[in-house]
Amino acid sequence: MKTGQPLDEADRRLVLATQAGLPLVARPYEAIGAQLGMSSEEVRRRLDGLLARGVIRRIGAVPNHYALGYVANGMSVWDVDDSKLDELGEAVGHLPFVSHCYRRPRHLPLWPYNLFAMVHGKSREEVRGHLAAIAEVLGSACRAQDVLFSTRILKKTGLRLGGES
Amino acid sequence: MAERQQAAALSELDRRIINALQGDFPLVEAPYAAVADRLGIAEETLLARLAALLEERVLTRFGPLFQVERMGGRFLLAALAVPEERFEEVSGEVNALPAVAHNYRREHALNMWFVLATETPEGIPEAIARIEAATGLPVFAFPKEREFFVELKLEA
Repeated sequence: MKTGQPLDEADRRLVLATQAGLPLVARPYEAIGAQLGMSSEEVRRRLDGLLARGVIRRIGAVPNHYALGYVANGMSVWDVDDSKLDELGEAVGHLPFVSHCYRRPRHLPLWPYNLFAMVHGKSREEVRGHLAAIAEVLGSACRAQDVLFSTRILKKTGLRLGGES
Repeated sequence: MAERQQAAALSELDRRIINALQGDFPLVEAPYAAVADRLGIAEETLLARLAALLEERVLTRFGPLFQVERMGGRFLLAALAVPEERFEEVSGEVNALPAVAHNYRREHALNMWFVLATETPEGIPEAIARIEAATGLPVFAFPKEREFFVELKLEA
């Protein structure tokens, strides 16, 4: 698993100042800079650097799936033959309706699944249709499956570093 | 704050704004003006609609999305099997940790699924220990052993 270097002090303060969102003002980077004692150019240069390093995946809107009508949020889980999982996992990840796809450890006997694929849909029926497509990709390499629909969002704040901004 | 869980009635303009803002927000001096230009609307309109969408929880956040592992930190997916009569109490205890970035109820014996995001690797076992101490329940950890390629954008 690739890890990165800890942030320098100025980048860390920039993360703290922006982790709850960008200001909704005409010149947001200038506003952040004023808060941190940096010029707008420096704020933008540092954000660009954090994007280039992958510390920031992107700057944009995080939609609430439910509000967009994607009310069925299905975490599908699969018990896949370990020797076939990496190849089949790639194929599942490429399916257009899969938003996240990971290999994770089993916790036997309660949890026999080692492949997790997140599938969003406008209804549970739609999601189940997508799951049938995943099952077809996995074929006989899959011994068991389940889907855990989310029924409540209990918290959704994203990353929050501690400390003063 | 309760998270919105019903579909919103979105105007055509709101849909266009949401779709336009799922891409890369420009690093220019007046970025909202640049996006408003592309959409053919006034900057003030974009800012007002964006504020409303955030207020209505149609958007949960607008800003940088962080990959904590690239700054030396860790994410971890974990779950608890919470007895039904304790669910609200345990939810409160888990949500109280800043390290808990997301927390969802799901239908399974493992009924509480959350993502820990910490700035340092040690932060993960510390957060797990705190949750176990606060709740008296064992945390089931599901670290990612391999991430498979995905590309998804939700059409508003």
